[in-house]
Amino acid sequence: MTTLSIRSLNKVFNPGKANQVDALVDVDLTVEPGDFVSLIGPSGCGKSTLLRLIADLIEPTSGTVTVNGKSAHQARVDQDYGMAFQQAGLFDWRSVAENIELPLELKRWDKAKRRDRAHEMLDLVQLREFADHRPWELSGGMQQRVAIARALASHPQVLLMDEPFGALDEMTREHMQAELLRICRAAQTTVVFVTHSIPEAVYLSNRVVVMSPRPGRITQILDVGLGDTRSDETRDDAAFYAKITEVREALRGIESALVARGVDNR
Amino acid sequence: MSTEAASRAERLARAAAPPVVAFVLFLTLWETVVKGFGLKPYFLTAPSTIWGEFTKNLGRIWDASRVSGTNALIGLLCGTVLGIAVAFVVRRFRKLDELITPLAISLNAIPIFVLVTVFSNMFATTSDVPRRLTVTLGVFFVVLVNVAKGLTQVGATHLELMRSYAATETEIMRKVRIPNAVPYLFTALKVAAPLAVITAFVSEYFGGNQNGLGSKITGSLSSSKNAVAWAYVFGACLLGLAFYLISIMVETVATPGGVNKRDRS
Repeated sequence: MTTLSIRSLNKVFNPGKANQVDALVDVDLTVEPGDFVSLIGPSGCGKSTLLRLIADLIEPTSGTVTVNGKSAHQARVDQDYGMAFQQAGLFDWRSVAENIELPLELKRWDKAKRRDRAHEMLDLVQLREFADHRPWELSGGMQQRVAIARALASHPQVLLMDEPFGALDEMTREHMQAELLRICRAAQTTVVFVTHSIPEAVYLSNRVVVMSPRPGRITQILDVGLGDTRSDETRDDAAFYAKITEVREALRGIESALVARGVDNR
Repeated sequence: MSTEAASRAERLARAAAPPVVAFVLFLTLWETVVKGFGLKPYFLTAPSTIWGEFTKNLGRIWDASRVSGTNALIGLLCGTVLGIAVAFVVRRFRKLDELITPLAISLNAIPIFVLVTVFSNMFATTSDVPRRLTVTLGVFFVVLVNVAKGLTQVGATHLELMRSYAATETEIMRKVRIPNAVPYLFTALKVAAPLAVITAFVSEYFGGNQNGLGSKITGSLSSSKNAVAWAYVFGACLLGLAFYLISIMVETVATPGGVNKRDRS
């Protein structure tokens, strides 16, 4: 069964007012189980809005989002989602392990089971010895790994990530990308991933969704076709570079179209 | 373990040294000026004379401190409980926020002596209730504003995260808003504790029982016992300091792991 099905999705902010924004227009997207899909585009293209619509954090103006045959709302209530944002968003008053346990607490798991799972997740992100530390004692990259462990703790069917590596330095970023792929492959998780970075989108994804702003819409969906296993060698691969160029050209097309239309896109 | 304790004592000593040295220098200067210029006691009393009076009147100062201290403490406790309670109500019913917060601000803008005078008229002259009510109101305002802020100013990422977990309002309150408000409460208490003592003193200037530190200071001054008045002032300093230190100790005990560490990172 298709994991995620988006049909004729529209989102208008402040409808009928002077500051009306057509954030998304006629978006259609299908994501298969185990897919890793990246959303990329200039700012204002609605990629974060699309992610929040899938997560049922905001409501669409029209159109439908279906997750495993359920409405997005039902999927959220059933806690089918794991989410990670640009900020790690850890709770300072909880230890690292307790942070990972939070979604499990809300699913009413008992304490021993929660503990076990938290430790299992910490092994996965290689932070076992930091279980009892407080978040502020960890570096930015480590905090982000904890946030990902938390997002994956309940083994969600769908992982939604909004520029989770945006605040990290290049080296940590590449390391985290490799870890994320390893973890998601192990758990067979379906991922929708918002990013600004072309190499990041290409390295991580099966498919890259290119979006354009004003109004926000999907202009192109590119199959990456680099196979299921990616490694550091992938980054040196000619096919990798070719794909980066392809995505860049798709984005350039958007830029020049905007200039031609006289839209200021600074 | 013992070396750790030693280094801790050393660190404490190093931290305490500058203010202690400054205080001793200040007292020496004071003493020298009074003695050197032959200042009359009604103008300025020498620290040595004040210390003499302080030790001589220790029992009486202790009694007066107990009266003012009890008023301050009861007011502090009532104001804190009330402040926390109203902060929750205001958080739960946003419409009430628009009603209560301006009211609390305008209440706080009324000078202390007006409040005491009004309250004194409501109760018997020998009652401690007017002063305690005045302290309660002052503390209430500080606690309300801070705790309400702590319950409201929660990170946007945290809220989106909780929503994505389909958390109920009660769960968000218990797991996010309340823990978030705890450091705000202790910040409020650090301000409110000395404020409670000051308010308790000042309230004593406007009628009621004449048994607190504030009353004793005015009483001693009006009978020209300046040195005794200064001794009571010294007692008042100690009481204010004690309240402040207790508020810090409560914070340390109540927040293992340390709220302050986070602020430093």
